[in-house]
Amino acid sequence: MTAVKASIMITCLGDLLFPEVGVAMVTVLRRLGVTVDFPPGQTCCGMPLFNSGFHEDAARVAARTVRVFEQAEHVVVPSGSCAWMVKTEYPGLLKHDGALRAAAERLAGRTRELSQFLVEVLGVTRVESDFKGRVTYHDSCHLLRGLGESRAPRTLLRGVPGVELRELPGADQCCGFGGSFSVRLPEVSTAILDKKLASVEATDADCLVACDGGCLMQIGGGLSRRGSRVRALHLAQILAGGTQP
Amino acid sequence: MSDPILATPFPRRAGAALKDDFLQQALTIATTKFIDLRKEAFATLPEGDALRDRARAIKEATLQRLDYYLEQLADNVQRLGGHVHWAATAGEAREIVLRLCRERSVKMAVKSKSMATEEIHLNEALEHAGVTPIETDLGEYIIQLAHERPSHIIAPAIHKTKGQVADLFSRELKGQFAADPEVLTAVARRELRQKFLQADMGITGANFAVADTGTLVLVTNEGNGRMVTSLPRIHVAVMGMEKVIPSMTDLMVFLAILARSATGQKLSSYTTLVRGPRRPGELEGPEELHLILMDNGRVRQIAGTLREALYCLRCGACLNVCPVYRQIGGHAYGYTYPGPIGILLTAMLEGDRSVKDLAHASSLCGACKDVCPVRIDIPRMLIELREHLDRGRIAPWHERALFGAARRLMESPTLFHASARVGRWLQRPFVSGGRVRRLPGFGGWTTTRDLPPVAPRTFTERWKDLAR
Repeated sequence: MTAVKASIMITCLGDLLFPEVGVAMVTVLRRLGVTVDFPPGQTCCGMPLFNSGFHEDAARVAARTVRVFEQAEHVVVPSGSCAWMVKTEYPGLLKHDGALRAAAERLAGRTRELSQFLVEVLGVTRVESDFKGRVTYHDSCHLLRGLGESRAPRTLLRGVPGVELRELPGADQCCGFGGSFSVRLPEVSTAILDKKLASVEATDADCLVACDGGCLMQIGGGLSRRGSRVRALHLAQILAGGTQP
Repeated sequence: MSDPILATPFPRRAGAALKDDFLQQALTIATTKFIDLRKEAFATLPEGDALRDRARAIKEATLQRLDYYLEQLADNVQRLGGHVHWAATAGEAREIVLRLCRERSVKMAVKSKSMATEEIHLNEALEHAGVTPIETDLGEYIIQLAHERPSHIIAPAIHKTKGQVADLFSRELKGQFAADPEVLTAVARRELRQKFLQADMGITGANFAVADTGTLVLVTNEGNGRMVTSLPRIHVAVMGMEKVIPSMTDLMVFLAILARSATGQKLSSYTTLVRGPRRPGELEGPEELHLILMDNGRVRQIAGTLREALYCLRCGACLNVCPVYRQIGGHAYGYTYPGPIGILLTAMLEGDRSVKDLAHASSLCGACKDVCPVRIDIPRMLIELREHLDRGRIAPWHERALFGAARRLMESPTLFHASARVGRWLQRPFVSGGRVRRLPGFGGWTTTRDLPPVAPRTFTERWKDLAR
């Protein structure tokens, strides 16, 4: 069998704020025998523009992202929301240009959020990892309701021998991030977050895992401000191991 | 009609709601209960998803031929002896009710719970015209006594705790009542019983109107709807035009999912079917039945971006699951219809400009779409609404400038990475322990949350070592 080739879509938050997540993702993919590349010229998927209603701007960003990944066999994204953006919104945004639209549809078909890539494309449910600790999982809205995925991340977490997965009460409820929502209505965003943090702490987990940079920024930012001992980590970091709590 | 609450900007209204401990307590208890009840109700209905698809398809098809079904409905209501009135605006709908009151010397009207009459601010108009409106739904009765507006589509007094209701009743009804729902319900029942007998007019909305039989359908839980439609000599129903459905078979589809979505009941305690006024030889029922078919901004949306909002059954499920509604309650929204669907309905009724701020009162989490019995894609419509606001230059200019600048960064990797370097330099005085605890210009975020700093080396920079 020839090795699977995957291109990393790092996402803006992943590139600038959480590069360790990208590094962990590369580690995990290589451990599974995937040939990884990182197409140059990546910025942001344009979702902040799209969600705020700037659709012409978002379409320009989408068009260039489609070109960046034109040659990719598979595209793996460490974020449910960016994967959702590419998969469900790009074709519509680029509908006025037939060739671009077709390219966007091809990209949509080849793009997967990390946990879905591992389980659906590679058929993996166990990743060798030396991670040890009590873990609770937060469903990010776009991965859960946008892409309909709740199982893959949990399956992968359970597959790590040192992980004790504790179900988070209200795991499917929003953390209050919502992109620009978090700064347009910071008090409401924080009130929603407070409920999430209380649930996280009630699980007595060592770390909170999510598959989205936005949620990790929000929940991690809240935990750290509270001086909580719970750490917010990306699924890739658990699967890569080496980061003991 | 502008509400004084709108003089306060939305973020401040929301902020005040967050600080109201009673409200927070009441909202958490009630919405959690509704969420659980709904979940249980659908868990025992394997055909639930198929019914929801069917319900949506019926709404879609009915709107395609709305004129046909409305005329059929009007013909059948008239054939049964009822009167049909067409109202293009809220003002016309009010005027029709007031004219009926004048011509028939109505002094008191009992009302069953109706969002359509809330939408046209009928109570104020009646009072102004010397007619006493009495709300007979317990929740509506509570808020009428408190001189407030409903804060939830199906649970109008959801923002009040039982202690607050006991205090209100004790003050307004001159007594000492315990904070016990049974005691308080008995008090309301005693007060209202007399009003049913005195009233000259009963006013209701309609959850559905069946075109091919001329049947008005009321879905209630307290039996008050049945008294309002049968005891007074005149029954007036005010209904949005989109509520018409083709047949009784269709009604069965909606009834199977409406109460389950709203309260988790298989059926509401009362499903009242009204076919015309009292007929010769019948002992019960009103002498006159008037149906007011109201447009008020709806019809133009059949071909508009808010079309799907016309499918809404007013079950309130999207409010219960909305993280924003659950935090701020209904009043902070400032208009008749709160919550995610309320933002869309407000845009429909009051215009885009009215939802300049509200369009952003959503994290787009999608929980609303998930529970909607007719699968209205509320998040997508909110995004489209935002698009309208940007395109129509209703969104503030600085916001458009900011997002324009963001787009330029996203289009140029060079600028994108240069901005990362600038950010890394600018953040330096504010990073401690690997966290940004305060950042000028980002106070909205850093007042309550830490920020991860721009990494010492971005992934793009680290890839040079990882590549092989």
